[in-house]
Amino acid sequence: MANFRYRDDQPHEEPAVTLDAFLEQPDATAVRLEAGEDARRLIPFLGRLQLIEISFPRFRDGRGFSSARILREAGYEGELRAEGDVLIDLLFFMRRCGFDSFSSQHSLNPADVEAALNRYSNVYQDATDAAVPIWKLRHG
Amino acid sequence: MYQYDKYDQGMVDARVEEFRDQVRRRIAGDINDDQFKPLRLKNGLYLQLHAYMLRVAIPYGTFNSLQMRKLADIARKYDRGYGHFTTRQNIQYNWIKLEEAPDILAELATVEMHAIQTSGESIRNISADQYAGAAADEICDPRPWAELIRQATTFHPEFSYLPRKFKIAVISAAEDRAALRWHDCALRIVRNEAGEEGFEVYAGGGMGRTPFIAYKIRDFLPAQQIFSYLQAILRVWNLHARRDNIHKQRMKILVHELGEEEFRRQVEEEFQTFLALGTDFPQAEYDRIAEYFTPPPFEAGLSDEIDRSDPDFALWVDRQVAEHKAPGYAIANISLKPIGGIAGDISADQMDIVADLAERYSFDEIRATHAQNLVLPHVRKADLYAVWQALDAAELADANLDLITDIIACPGLDYCTLANARSIPLAQKISERFADMERQLDIGELKIKISGCINACGHHHAGQIGILGVDRKGTENYQLLLGGSGAEDTSQAKITGPGFDEAGIVDAVERTVERYRELREPGERFLDTYRRVGLDPFKEAIYG
Ligand code: SF4
Repeated sequence: MANFRYRDDQPHEEPAVTLDAFLEQPDATAVRLEAGEDARRLIPFLGRLQLIEISFPRFRDGRGFSSARILREAGYEGELRAEGDVLIDLLFFMRRCGFDSFSSQHSLNPADVEAALNRYSNVYQDATDAAVPIWKLRHG
Repeated sequence: MYQYDKYDQGMVDARVEEFRDQVRRRIAGDINDDQFKPLRLKNGLYLQLHAYMLRVAIPYGTFNSLQMRKLADIARKYDRGYGHFTTRQNIQYNWIKLEEAPDILAELATVEMHAIQTSGESIRNISADQYAGAAADEICDPRPWAELIRQATTFHPEFSYLPRKFKIAVISAAEDRAALRWHDCALRIVRNEAGEEGFEVYAGGGMGRTPFIAYKIRDFLPAQQIFSYLQAILRVWNLHARRDNIHKQRMKILVHELGEEEFRRQVEEEFQTFLALGTDFPQAEYDRIAEYFTPPPFEAGLSDEIDRSDPDFALWVDRQVAEHKAPGYAIANISLKPIGGIAGDISADQMDIVADLAERYSFDEIRATHAQNLVLPHVRKADLYAVWQALDAAELADANLDLITDIIACPGLDYCTLANARSIPLAQKISERFADMERQLDIGELKIKISGCINACGHHHAGQIGILGVDRKGTENYQLLLGGSGAEDTSQAKITGPGFDEAGIVDAVERTVERYRELREPGERFLDTYRRVGLDPFKEAIYG
């Protein structure tokens, strides 16, 4: 088990409930999306949400990357956590798609995590992070 | 052609170090084989029957002499002195050691090459018309767009763990030399009535066990919006594809299940989302890339005369040389299909010779084709004889482009872990059976494509004659298919009936060809005759 968090605010205490439960609980502030669940159903509630956990049941299942980006693009600013079969070589892409917290079922070597996150000094395309794409750097 | 700047170089250099580190973590046991597999695949490294296979990207099939010489060096140093050009315009090596793979990638990076996304569930190396920038029938050079798309789709954070592979092709000519509509996403550059450049977009094509020809999803997409549109397609597929059955995860299956209209509707909706995000590359970046593809300084006033007094040379010219857009120039095709040889294979020494010829006679450009041949795209007609002589001395002067011995064949059971049957020896036998040049010329255009299993790497669905290796009660068996096309008249080949053993399939091909010769009308290619008369007369000839 390894948990990483790239946020300055206090970790959210409330446990994440299922999407169905969340949609029935007007006060809930934390939700867990299973792979394949439609992230857009959360869009009306982004203002009150403080934690969205997206499950990666198998690391090859990349649906969570799209879900994360959809939520960030819709303006979500709370904690976005990748949970499950989270491996070192996914982290860089996950960060770029807007995840800022990780709960991996594996123990991940912190030095390897750092190396993976800092390996590429540039990126070719925009995503939801602050990285400036190379084409922008080229044209000042 | 395109040249890396410090940013592009930085990306491939970082990639080499990343892979080195991944190999280190694998060897140290920090990651298991299952976790490592997608990482090596994204660097083109497959585990085959006898060794690792490394597939090196040749973006849109364009490369130069420096790169070709490096490929030759790698063949000598890390492999057994040869390489194999593939049906996706890449090159692969069959005898690689895992521990040496990072060093090979480092060597490739010194000549602006890599193996990024050449396999695995990723956006693959982009393919294109091998005559790009030289073809008389193109409206513009498609490669600047292909390069822009290459960059936009390299290490894409949302689309690096896709349901399956995703293949893109770009062309801009009327004639389709890139098997366009057999791709997941196919782009043809067109101009609208206002004279603006845009793409005709096709989606949902692919071979494999469930072949589909891509359907036209958009008549005209403004060129500048291509990245938004691609991301929209990818997102719809990434979110909605099945994830429970590897054989049903290609985009073509989703398109088929949703229906073309519904898939289009979802893509258009997602497209609006991406347009609003403003992630498209600006015109200035396109212009920067396009600069690298300004036509070479063709000499003016050259003669179009070719001295045909040497009959062997004249034969080669007739088969291997295509029309160039610049007067006095020609496109020279180099056959990698010698009679009885291995389709697409080339020795390191031959690579060096092609590199020399490109440097001296073709503005330093070489192209790889999806039919596993090479091209010197810009040769002065006056130099063709010298080029031919050098090729002839290197045993590269076969004159069989698009003829019955210009066979596409996948590696098959000689290398591939997934194979049911051998492809290479079968291709060799067919090639030997039809070796006679006069007979080949009489038969005319006939594209045979052989796959060693249902995954269809040998494009059998697109073969005018397709051959599929299957496993029948533990023995190799071959099915015969007729009537496919990977050209602008795209069609899917149909199975004729029960399969054959190796000797039987060669005879069946011959009976098919003989029936065609009986039935054809003047000027008809095999495919034309087949389309006119249908399968039955051929079945009768084959099964009697
Ligand atoms: S078609 Fe089958 S046998 Fe041939 S290379 Fe592809 S997977 Fe291997």
